[in-house]
Amino acid sequence: MEKGIRSDQKIWRVRPEWPFLLFLVFVIAAYIGLLLLMVGANVLTVSWSQASEILKDADIQHSIILTFVTCTATAILSVFVSVPVGYLLSRYQFRGRAFVDTLLDIPILLPPLIVGLSLLILFNRVSPSACCGMLAGGALIAAIWGIARKGDRIVIRFLVGGAVAFGLLSLVSSGSERSLEDIVSEVGFPMTFHPLGVVLAQFPVAAAFAVRTMKTTFDQISPRYEEVAMTLGCNRGQALLRVVLPLASKGVVAAGTMAWARALGEFGPILIFAGATRGRTEVLATSVFLEINIGNLPGAAALSLLMILLAVSTLLIVRYLAGRGGAV
Amino acid sequence: MNDGMLMLENVTVQAGNFILSPFSLDIGEGECVALMGPSGCGKTTLLETICGLRDGPVGGRIVLGGMEVTNLSPGARGIGLVPQDIALFPSLTVREQIEFGPKLHGWEPEEVKERVESLAGDLGLTKLLSRLPEGLSGGEARRVALGRALALRPQLLCLDEALSGLDEARHDEVLGVIRKMIERERVTALHVTHSKKEAEVIADRVVLMG
Repeated sequence: MEKGIRSDQKIWRVRPEWPFLLFLVFVIAAYIGLLLLMVGANVLTVSWSQASEILKDADIQHSIILTFVTCTATAILSVFVSVPVGYLLSRYQFRGRAFVDTLLDIPILLPPLIVGLSLLILFNRVSPSACCGMLAGGALIAAIWGIARKGDRIVIRFLVGGAVAFGLLSLVSSGSERSLEDIVSEVGFPMTFHPLGVVLAQFPVAAAFAVRTMKTTFDQISPRYEEVAMTLGCNRGQALLRVVLPLASKGVVAAGTMAWARALGEFGPILIFAGATRGRTEVLATSVFLEINIGNLPGAAALSLLMILLAVSTLLIVRYLAGRGGAV
Repeated sequence: MNDGMLMLENVTVQAGNFILSPFSLDIGEGECVALMGPSGCGKTTLLETICGLRDGPVGGRIVLGGMEVTNLSPGARGIGLVPQDIALFPSLTVREQIEFGPKLHGWEPEEVKERVESLAGDLGLTKLLSRLPEGLSGGEARRVALGRALALRPQLLCLDEALSGLDEARHDEVLGVIRKMIERERVTALHVTHSKKEAEVIADRVVLMG
């Protein structure tokens, strides 16, 4: 009832003057028209035979499979990160929260190429000692800032502990000529110009969107449920697992779907960090790029249509979940 | 020390800019006290502090059943809470709501079943055990919340304006159920309310705040 009243208050109950209405309709029609024309242009560029031919290409089939695998891996990773981060940001009022909140949005705002370039430099040009040193410095600055602002003692101790640990690691590893890539390759997880690197290149932006989705989801769930659960014997973690997460399940699926869709559209970071090697690190977005490069416009258009189909399907799932109580 | 069930000794609470000045209260075992006062005087803040849902009071101490609980976690205090917005867990059936606490505390399945069915019988919920909260009326939802709060046989039952928003007939019905359950379960109760009528029907004593 209350919901009905609210939605009624948001809509016009008296029809607007027709020139004004016409202006609004013109703007939306022009915008939707442009989107439809873009899709239509792809449809007109490709024939069924060309589409079927490119989809039979072994490299393209590998690209489609790698796209599904990497997007799914990125989505799962993003959900694992976004649930605790979104929950923390939604429930915990701490000093520096606005700063952390802004930091988490940076991957969304950065030009995609910079994400890829930063990963490339991090894994190949910066020594582990320097990485640990930077982490130690960051933790120390955060701890000093926390002390100055009289922040939570446990968090400050954690930061100081982190600064000491990373500082020691930095000292221990100093003098080593190896890069981060050398280390991860040695333990069996090579990243740069490797399929695993595709996931890492997709992850920062996808996770940022998933975090936003989860925070909104948790914001919409009353903390009262957790409080009641706590009077019944739950600790915070149990309250999250037993009470909040079942309520947030649609939001979790929406966050995963959103991350999947973002990962699907990722191109710049993959090109720079994982490369666009046919049959190895090629995903659909890079396939389109490669097809254009070799002058196969119908092929590129066919792959574009496939990506549009996947993106629209994903969006429909997210909208459906949002309509059924998931927060997006 | 006294032999009261709940003893508040100069409890001072700070919630943002609001400061609840030192407040003392002594509730005997099995007694039902209605806590009344104007809006914004800190009734709910005090109740949440007693339940452990706010960071410990800045001053004073809370003693429940002879044990100081001032800094104990909410679940370790032995308090059942029926909040103002009822807050039934939307994804759990009535049965699951009531057995939530006992299961969490590792009760034997038979013991859980017996407790749930006994409470459901007393609260008139037997036919509703498989329902989800969205299918319950306001009065039924409050009875479920009462059952959930009482399931663990708490030492203290806290009711935070739990009857607000009900029409008169339902209000009187649920009020009667609460009175009956407090007597049957022999639980000490602290009932925050704005209603003099509720206080008269339910409480052995009225305490005014503010």
